[in-house]
Parts: sequence; C-alpha cells; structure tokens
Amino acid sequence: MSRVGTPLSPQRRRFLQDSARAAGGCVAAGSLLAWLARDARALPAEALRPPGALPEQDFLSACIRCGLCVRDCPYDTLKLAELGVDAVATGTPYFTARDVPCEMCEDIPCVAACPTGALDPALDNIDDAKMGVAVLVDQENCLNFLGLRCDVCYRVCPVIDKAITLEASHNSRSGHHAIFAPTVHADHCTGCGVCERACVLPEAAIKVLPARLARGSSADHYRKGWEEDAPVLEGIIDLPDRLPGPGTDNLVTPGGYQPAFTLPEVTQ
Amino acid sequence: MTARTHLPVGHEAIAAKGWTRAHKYLLLRRASQLCFLALFLLGPWVGIWVVQGTLAGSLILGVLPLTDPLVFLQSLIAGHWPELTAAIGAVIVLVAYALIGGRVYCSWVCPINPVTDAAHWMHRKLGLQKGWQPKRATRLWLLATVLIVSGLTGTIAWELVNPITMLHRGLIFGMGFVWAMIGAIFLFDLLVSRHGWCGHVCPVGAFYGLVGHKAMLRVSAANRSACDDCMDCFVVCPENHVISPALRGKGDATPLILSPDCTNCGRCVDVCAEDVFKFTHRFDTLPVAPPHPTAAPEPRASRVL
Ligand code: SF4
Ligand code: SF4
Ligand code: SF4
Ligand code: SF4
Repeated sequence: MSRVGTPLSPQRRRFLQDSARAAGGCVAAGSLLAWLARDARALPAEALRPPGALPEQDFLSACIRCGLCVRDCPYDTLKLAELGVDAVATGTPYFTARDVPCEMCEDIPCVAACPTGALDPALDNIDDAKMGVAVLVDQENCLNFLGLRCDVCYRVCPVIDKAITLEASHNSRSGHHAIFAPTVHADHCTGCGVCERACVLPEAAIKVLPARLARGSSADHYRKGWEEDAPVLEGIIDLPDRLPGPGTDNLVTPGGYQPAFTLPEVTQ
Repeated sequence: MTARTHLPVGHEAIAAKGWTRAHKYLLLRRASQLCFLALFLLGPWVGIWVVQGTLAGSLILGVLPLTDPLVFLQSLIAGHWPELTAAIGAVIVLVAYALIGGRVYCSWVCPINPVTDAAHWMHRKLGLQKGWQPKRATRLWLLATVLIVSGLTGTIAWELVNPITMLHRGLIFGMGFVWAMIGAIFLFDLLVSRHGWCGHVCPVGAFYGLVGHKAMLRVSAANRSACDDCMDCFVVCPENHVISPALRGKGDATPLILSPDCTNCGRCVDVCAEDVFKFTHRFDTLPVAPPHPTAAPEPRASRVL
C-alpha cells in the first residue's frame, strides 16, 4: 500500500549489493587475519628473542622479518621461524637456549644489524640484555642440589658471581656435607642461556624462561625493612615519636622511674 | 575467417618473429626474477654477500638499506616508529617503483609471479573456465583491510600470511610448510579463479599499482593501426582489461596503457605478430600513423577464447 521510499534504480541496487558484498568479504578476511595475529602473539616459552628485543607485542609491530640480525650473529644462535615448523610468528628471529645459546657478543652485532629498532639500539651493554631469566627448575635432579659439586652452570655463566652464585647450606640428608645451590639473581641474569646449554643432565635442570613465567612480582606497598631506612608512610601521618623521657621507665632521663618489678637476670 | 585464426595463441608471433623474439620479454623477466633471487642466495650459498636479508628488508653491499614500503607502512600503522635505516630503505624502494613502474615489481621481481604464470599457462592448455572473478576493486578493499587489521592488532598483519615474503624467505632461510601455501595458490589460480591471486587478491600488487600510478615505464599500442584482431594479447595479458582503451582508441587518443593494473610484463609485446606494442615512457603519446589510412588489415572474427 504505502510506498517505502522510492524504488531503487537497478544500478543503485547493484552498487549497494556489491558494496555490501565487498564489505562483508573484508570483514571476514580481516577477522581471519586478526585471529592469526592473536595466535602469533603467543610466543612459546622455550623460544627466546634476541638481545634488546622489544616486548613481544611491540616486537610484532616492529620486526619486518628481514633476517639481518640472523645473518650478523657470529654464533648462528638466531633463526627465523619457519612456517608450520616453529610455533613462533613466521619469519621472526628467535633462539632456543638448549640448542645454541647467545654468546653475549660485546658489540651486539644483531642489534646493530636491525634496521627497524625491533632490537632496541638503546641496548649498548650486553650485560643489560633481558632475553629471559634462568630458573633452576628441577632441584630434584640438579646435581648440586643432590650434594655433588657439578657447578657447571655456575662456571659457564658470562656474568658469573652476579647473575648466578652458589649458596651454601647444610646437607640434611648426609648430615655433615654442604649443598651448594646454584642461585640465579634476576637483576643480573641476561637470559643468554649458556647455563641451560651447559647443564650436564640429559634434560637441563636450569632453564631460561621468559620473564613473564620466571618471575613473580611483589605488591607495591611491600617494603623490606632491612633494606631501607625511609619511613613507610613518609609525610602522610606523623605520629609523635615515643622518645625516652619523663613518665617512662627510662632512668637515664630526668623524671624516669624504677619499674615496679624486675625480670630475673638471664644467665647465658 | 582466415586459416590463421585457428593457430593456437602465440604461434602467429613465433611464425612471424621466431621463437626467441616472440618470448623476448618473458625470457628477460624470468632472468630478472632469477637474478633477484640469485643475488639474495649468493650470500648464504656461496658466501658472496652482495645482498643480505630478504625482500622485506635488505642491506646491499653492507651499506644501502632497502625496505618493503608496504611492510614499513603496516609497521607504522601498527604503532611502531621504525629506525631511520628502515625509513630510508622504504623511501628508496618507494621512489624507485613510483618512477619506474609500480607493478614492475609484480612482473620482474616477485617470486610468486612464476607460480601464477605457470597456473595461467596450464589453465590455457587445459581450456578451463574462468571460474570465480571477483570485482577489480577487491584487492584494494583487501589492502585497506590489511592496514586496518595492522592498526587494530598492532602487528604487521599481512606478513602473517604474505606468500611473497614467505616464499622468498623460505628459499633463503628455510622453507617449513611454505610449499603447501605456494601449491594452494597455484591450485587456486588454476581451478578456482583464473588470475585469481595476482589479479584479484594480492594486496601487495594492489599497493604497487597505486604507487606506480604516474610511473614512467609504459607499454604503448603505438602501432595499433596494424592490429588484425587476433586477440592473442588479450589471452596472454594477466590484466587484460587494461589493453582495450589503448588498443581500441581512435585517432589521437593515447595509445599508452595507462591503467595502474598493467604489470609491465611485456607479454603483449611478445605475442603480437604485427608488433603493435612496445615499451616506452609515458610522454610518448603519439600513435604511429597508419601508412595508408585506407589499407588497414582485414578485420576478422575474433578467436573463441
Ligand atoms: S649477542 Fe651475539 S650471540 Fe647473542 S644473539 Fe646477538 S649476535 Fe648472536
Ligand atoms: S633485524 Fe630486526 S627487523 Fe630484521 S628480523 Fe631481526 S629483529 Fe626483525
Ligand atoms: S642465562 Fe644462565 S648463563 Fe646466562 S646470564 Fe643467566 S645465569 Fe648466567
Ligand atoms: S600481484 Fe602480488 S603475488 Fe602477484 S606478482 Fe604482484 S606482488 Fe606478486
């Protein structure tokens, strides 16, 4: 009965149909691509990025997958991920510590080669690299934890005595030996993976993990009293300090008094 | 209809010019594609480092950086501000293609081109149907989609699937399952859609088409008055809608193929027995005047494609 607008001309109808089809196709293709992009962000734990690599999310927006870092790595540490073989975003550089670790070249040729800044040129000291963090994942199999003196991971570490130390403790199993526990200090560990590569066990007991897996984090408001002197809530509440003085049992100050009773002397 | 119309595509040209001259640009193109690949492979295979890297980004002789401008653009949109080296490389490549010819990349450099060319060749030999033929603008839509997805996901989105860089990188660094992808493109072009990948889908081709809008190198149907309607050029051209405006133009209408879709492959130049086409620059706009205005060759019924 009532006309709903004017009837569309055939050309116009055609145009609208085509546009709708194209837009629909693009949304479908785009969604597929976005889904692949989401997938690509999941970097497997044993795949480590080269030194200086931006955080994974930024890295995927920056790395053009040219392979120049791979070419300039003198130890053939780095590889480009192959489609369907490595579970790393295709074509991006990574290394597997247990296969070939990063030897921490002083001049960092991989970073120098990167044209895009996906490997951050601000990294000028390889000791500041953060490729991951070594974790002694298996204390039950680590020879040092069993009371032996393997020490291999400790000895090979390029940042020995800073990134990894041996912490002595009592061996309660034997009763009269020590355990020298290889202990990683994340602040200094570069994640180069030399220790993981060198671990003598068939499957390494010390492994480099991405920081997101290797590390916890302490809550912002925690303070380690033995590390800092500053008052916890400086400037917020200023309670009166209880100083020795009149009205306390401090006899040294004027007005001090003798307590009503004394504790018996403790004999050593 | 003369007997000549029954000759298979290209045979007239071979008869008229000899096999080599009837395949001149095809041979040159294959040589160029091989050459580009060989330059990249020389380093890893024999240790001569003229070029390091891949098509996405490379370093020539240790000094000159080159960057794929589309990859660079996606990186920008994804939110990364690349270092100067990559930017310089992208500008160099961009300017080169904008000047010479955008889709020269497709015909003379891209490693996927031999694959889709082979699919087209076989398609013709088997006499298959055209199949699915999406609109010409599809690849432009796709290009826009790729850029938008790059922005939304913060990744260089097309590099997740780009068969060009994957094949190129695969040959240089290790294949993985890239073969399967290349096989899929071959079958897609052969069975699903004639000229499907390069003609309708590939956003890289679309991008270079846009880049080369005003580029210098052009094919011209300068000698169009000699055309005898054998239609061979339409059969071999991977983007044959670009030919008509130039070839069928009347009078002083430009004989240049100005469509940015033309890949400058030169197959039309090769396949034409009458030497209608030639490579020239975009200011060479005058058609060759017919020798005797009235004595144009007998037009004839076109071949059934
Ligand atoms: S620092 Fe040296 S060994 Fe480590 S990835 Fe870079 S180039 Fe290779
Ligand atoms: S050099 Fe940089 S951009 Fe190239 S693959 Fe390595 S990290 Fe990616
Ligand atoms: S990964 Fe291992 S070898 Fe490398 S710095 Fe850390 S503790 Fe040392
Ligand atoms: S359209 Fe794409 S795949 Fe085809 S030749 Fe051009 S760039 Fe290569």
